[in-house]
Amino acid sequence: MAIIETKNLTYTYPGATKPSIRDVSLTIEKGEFVILTGPSGCGKTTLCRCFNGLIPHFYAGQIEGELTVTGLKVIEHPIYEMAQRVGLVFQNPENQLFALSVEKDVAFGLENLGVRRDEMRKRVDWALQMTGIEELRERAPHELSGGQQQRVAIASVLAMQPDIMVFDEPTSFLDPLGAQKIFEVINDLNKKLGVTVILVEHRLDLASKYADHVVIMDDGKIALNGKPSEIFNSETARLIGVGIPKATLLWQLLQENRIKLEGAPTNSEEATRLLREVLKT
Amino acid sequence: MIEVKDVHFTYPTGVEALKGVSLNIRNGEFVAIMGQNGAGKTTLVKQFNGLLKPTKGEVLVDDVSTRNMSIAQLARKIGFVFQNPDHQLFSETVEEEIAFALRNFGFKEHTLKRRLTWALNLLELTEYRKTSPFMLSGGERKRVALASVLAWNPKVVILDEPTIGQDHRQKEILRQFIVQMNAQGKTVVIVTHDVEFVAECSPRVVLMAQGQIVADGDAKRILTDSNIALRASIVPPQITQIFLGLTDLGLPTDIIDVSEASKVLLEYLEGGKH
Amino acid sequence: MSVFEGFRFRHVSSPIHRRDPRVKFLYVLAMFIAAVMFNELPVLLVLFLLQIPFVLVAGVQRQWLRSLRGAMFLATFLFVFNLIFGYLSPGTIPGGVSPLEYAFAMALRFLVLVESFSVFFLTTSPDHLSLALEQSHVPYEFTFAFTTAVRFVPVLAEEAQTIMDAQKARGLELEKGNFMKRIRNYIPILIPLIVSAIRRSLELAEAMESRGWGASKKRTNLYVLKMKIGDFMLIIISIILLVTAIYVRYFVPLPTLTMLLPK
Repeated sequence: MAIIETKNLTYTYPGATKPSIRDVSLTIEKGEFVILTGPSGCGKTTLCRCFNGLIPHFYAGQIEGELTVTGLKVIEHPIYEMAQRVGLVFQNPENQLFALSVEKDVAFGLENLGVRRDEMRKRVDWALQMTGIEELRERAPHELSGGQQQRVAIASVLAMQPDIMVFDEPTSFLDPLGAQKIFEVINDLNKKLGVTVILVEHRLDLASKYADHVVIMDDGKIALNGKPSEIFNSETARLIGVGIPKATLLWQLLQENRIKLEGAPTNSEEATRLLREVLKT
Repeated sequence: MIEVKDVHFTYPTGVEALKGVSLNIRNGEFVAIMGQNGAGKTTLVKQFNGLLKPTKGEVLVDDVSTRNMSIAQLARKIGFVFQNPDHQLFSETVEEEIAFALRNFGFKEHTLKRRLTWALNLLELTEYRKTSPFMLSGGERKRVALASVLAWNPKVVILDEPTIGQDHRQKEILRQFIVQMNAQGKTVVIVTHDVEFVAECSPRVVLMAQGQIVADGDAKRILTDSNIALRASIVPPQITQIFLGLTDLGLPTDIIDVSEASKVLLEYLEGGKH
Repeated sequence: MSVFEGFRFRHVSSPIHRRDPRVKFLYVLAMFIAAVMFNELPVLLVLFLLQIPFVLVAGVQRQWLRSLRGAMFLATFLFVFNLIFGYLSPGTIPGGVSPLEYAFAMALRFLVLVESFSVFFLTTSPDHLSLALEQSHVPYEFTFAFTTAVRFVPVLAEEAQTIMDAQKARGLELEKGNFMKRIRNYIPILIPLIVSAIRRSLELAEAMESRGWGASKKRTNLYVLKMKIGDFMLIIISIILLVTAIYVRYFVPLPTLTMLLPK
């Protein structure tokens, strides 16, 4: 069942000379873990903002085409309504936390929705637990590391119990270890809770192992759309200039030298496993 | 060129960021200072251009202690490109922005114009000469920040986390640019946690953890040592990880480069056929 | 900055810290009204000394004294000002006291006002305060603006430092030059700071919207302020204070030092 469906979606920011996304037609199924990537300026951030209604409601501008998320036509529903179904986690952890304690921040969305105190308390505790930050509940956001802040941001969105969570380059400011931890949290949300995940990332080497669906955009349009191994292996991906995982590049090099290989790994564990089989023969 | 002698540094808040660091950087070297966020990398490089002065120990630049020099004097020799270009940009035009430092350092008008044009050309910003820096894209603003530092031709260029937020192509262009700068004789120091980027440049790596240097030497050697990686909490390059999982087959583990990896594997397979 | 030192909150707890901010504010208001009603030095002295038990119970002596020191500057100014005008036109002094006594009284009244507010801010954390604002039916926009501002103070301070470092690394020397030049030196610091603040606000707005801002007219709250015995006690103390003040003002002839001193 498609949880997000777009048909010929085109959007131009107010004052811009050309659209940021053009003719985007995309279907995302419930429960998928999608990686959305592409060179800077390809329109992935714009597309994310369409999913929860920031476009067109917050940004105005010109929108054409169809956009249906969890069965609702986004154009007809205000952001606060979409926010209950689609959560959006942004790049900079610092600018998503408003309150003076972690707990209060996680409760922010629920307070906005007018949720009753006892229900709120339950959901806040649950969200803190799911993101592994229970011991941080009384801390002030400024005292936390970037990775911890980002987990607070994720918890605050999670508390609203959306069906879809969109992450716009959430690990940009984190070191690789911090990034890995965040990806693990996101993966848990997808595999354990069934939340549909859309992750915008450049660091494909770290993130691609979790995904079952990859979309590559270029210059406002969708260039590639499919399974990770197919996409990363394709010539088009290389030409567009995305950071193809080194494991995949290695595979391509070996195949160029006429080594017969099965599959197409995108991460080191897969590559090690497949290599072992090849080398043992 | 830069000598760090047993430097300790504690922030006014009481945080001890450097706990006895010693290091020498020679003219023309290409060094990557690596480690987790909070290991002390940025604190260390800020000692080089005098933004921070050691609480104990000494830093010598060209044999003069940084304690005896002002930040402006040190900046003349050591350029520092900050992580976020928006912390520097304030002028009405890109031209003004690049001229800012040149004016601060007292360049004469004639030389100033020459250096300005040179920097614009180098970073392909000539078409934006009269544009407001605030109108440019993120990547373009980074180039303006870089141009404004290179304009005064410092002997050393320090880049703090230059790869953050960059896409693959931008990183590739940056990598080539850095290698070129170094080839032209500039001493280049990059502070980064991007292991893949370093694996592709293969500079000298100085690895830090908790305010101390835990490893100093060849990128290949350090990035493939799993003990060191554990101590400094860094993730080895993906290619290295693949080989670390195949040690029982007798394959080498000091591989960080894709083409080398392919070569080694092909040789192994050839060898296996005998 | 020492006046502001006295207003900054520290992570401590005491019977005073735990009081409902609304009740504390009531007390401060009562003190305010009482102080304004009197020009007589002995009475103002009593009011000033009344603060001290609260300060001691709260354990905030050091910060309180620091704010006192900071306020001294303005207090001295007020003293001198009133003294001069007192001597120039002695007939206009209320209560017919000597100009010296009057000047002291005015300076002391100022200190009473400032110091009672200082105790309030020293014993009330920003989140406690914002909670009180919310539950006092202040429109949420204002409370939110207040809380967010407080939350970002350390962030902006750090950013200002980074910007200064970045510009110094380009040869900017803040201390050089004549007065005009020194002011212009701060432009490369202010502009990035302002631009950054604007960008930050945009990102914050996006995050707010994405978390359902405006979804319900009736916002609920994770925490709730409950009045305890200590709060009721403080309310009673405030009422007693106010009533006593009014009674004394209108029914009790007050001594002034001028009268008490031998002629």
